[in-house]
Amino acid sequence: MAAFKNVGRNLKEDLRRNYQLYIIFLPALAYFIIFHYLPMYGVQIAFRNYLPARGIWGSEWWGMYHFERFFRSYNSTTVILNTLKISLLSLVLGFPCPVILALLINELRFKRFQKSLQMISYAPHFVSTVAIVGMITIMFSNQGLVSAVARRLGLPYTNLLISPTSFVWIYVLSGIWQGMGWGSVIYFSVLAGIDVSMHEAAYIDGATKMQRILYIDLPSIAPTMVIMLILNCGSIMSVGYEKIYLMQNPLNLSASEIISTYVYKMGLINSDFSYSAAIGLFNSVVNLVLLVLVNTIARKISDNSLW
Amino acid sequence: MKKTGMRQCRADNVFDAVNLIICIILLLVFLYPLYFVVIASFSEPSAVWNGDVLLWPVGFCLDGYKKIMTYSDIITGYINSICYTAGSVALGLVLTISAAYPLAQSDFYAGKFFSKFLLFTMFFSGGLIPTYFVVKGLGLLNTPLACIIPGAASVTNIIITRTYIKTSIPGELREAAFLDGCTHFTYLFRIALPLSKAILAVMALYYGVGQWNAYFNAMIYLTNAKLYPLQLVLRGILLTTEATLESGSDPETLMAQQRLGEVIKYGVIVVSALPAMIAYPFVQKNFVKGVMIGSLKG
Repeated sequence: MAAFKNVGRNLKEDLRRNYQLYIIFLPALAYFIIFHYLPMYGVQIAFRNYLPARGIWGSEWWGMYHFERFFRSYNSTTVILNTLKISLLSLVLGFPCPVILALLINELRFKRFQKSLQMISYAPHFVSTVAIVGMITIMFSNQGLVSAVARRLGLPYTNLLISPTSFVWIYVLSGIWQGMGWGSVIYFSVLAGIDVSMHEAAYIDGATKMQRILYIDLPSIAPTMVIMLILNCGSIMSVGYEKIYLMQNPLNLSASEIISTYVYKMGLINSDFSYSAAIGLFNSVVNLVLLVLVNTIARKISDNSLW
Repeated sequence: MKKTGMRQCRADNVFDAVNLIICIILLLVFLYPLYFVVIASFSEPSAVWNGDVLLWPVGFCLDGYKKIMTYSDIITGYINSICYTAGSVALGLVLTISAAYPLAQSDFYAGKFFSKFLLFTMFFSGGLIPTYFVVKGLGLLNTPLACIIPGAASVTNIIITRTYIKTSIPGELREAAFLDGCTHFTYLFRIALPLSKAILAVMALYYGVGQWNAYFNAMIYLTNAKLYPLQLVLRGILLTTEATLESGSDPETLMAQQRLGEVIKYGVIVVSALPAMIAYPFVQKNFVKGVMIGSLKG
């Protein structure tokens, strides 16, 4: 109680002294309340049965009905498994790539080539999702680049985008292609900060480049890697819908329907708002739990954590 | 890492050679798909169709681009995208400064709470449907503002800006300014903002690129095709197969149109990415700067 009084007194004092700071902060506060916290409050639509005529606040409470409905529906397992499969594959294959890229480019001896390769590796990150998916679709089509190359090599070609298995690989690998250069920037910045004398000392002691990478560079970027890993794990269940939604076609849907696209279709196309919100909420909660879990584990074993 | 004057042992020479080869392969992997789109867009439609275009343009031809110039949707899309991008940059910067400046002041008593308040939104959200209802409730559906306002500020960008203000503007400067009668308002506009120009430019780029490349908000909030941003127009052309075909009776013309359709697709990708491609070499250093500052954990 006393602590509370203290907070109140300090706040009042600060409001008097720094009222201008509060005024400056006001637009941001309003924005976050309206567009982030209001939706969180509105998530109760998941526990109600939304009827347009009665509005969100007037619709009846239905408790966990929509969650149960989701878990009982035969789609739920497919959708959850697809999401997990795609995101785990992206994580396992995609996480090491920026690290390796940064280490390799960092060791390049021709500085001009080093700079150009860095610059070119970032470029795909700035191509829009629509353009990327457009490129994938035309290149993998029956008359596209991939089939042309296959034909020259005398290999048979079938459209890979309509096969559920190859769809997953195309999605994951194109994601790595697009993100690894940009993802490596953060590691470059750490590598650039390593004390040169460490490398010199190791060199004098007869360490090869490979050894210096393993015993100097890698340990130096390890803390950053842990942080990036935690952040990635926190979004395991949230494969972005932007790209995958564009890549979906009726033939690959058995592998490409994931939670977020399912939420979109159920909610905004089928207008099954409460059901869709329930699935979305389930997804957000799982993400939050995973993030907290991974963060706790990381703090225990490596002393690096987000909080 | 300059290792001039260090003599290399044999293992290191092998390492360098292997590394160089891997990096050259990587360079091709990053560059080729982008390069291919450009050369295909300038090639003879039938050559592209037959897969003859691999390394350089075959039969320089601008038919695709001529056709693209006649699409009024692309031009409206371009104009809309420019407006939305300008709006996003302006609003994004205002909100980012509004949050970052107070949070960078160590004597802002509520700062700790407010940082957590913002950070929490990174890890948990109400989700698509509740957000949709908020946008709808505010009457933003089918207005240009629906593309700009939801998602206008990013917590990551706020943190980067806050870290920059905190670390690059010396505290003594503020003390001196306040002794001379500066208030937070005058200090922000006269000193803090001019000194943060570098980071604000980076943020403007982040918000700008984000908006230029976005399509999802426009897709769910807009139904009026006149308001569509370029990406949504692009989606229509690239991902719905019949969009570029016109009705024609004889199969030969149909075939030619289909071939042209493929080249048009490559062309629209180039056209949509043009502003970014032109600006990229000049601004890419700035993009990197943002990540560097962001990696200083604040």
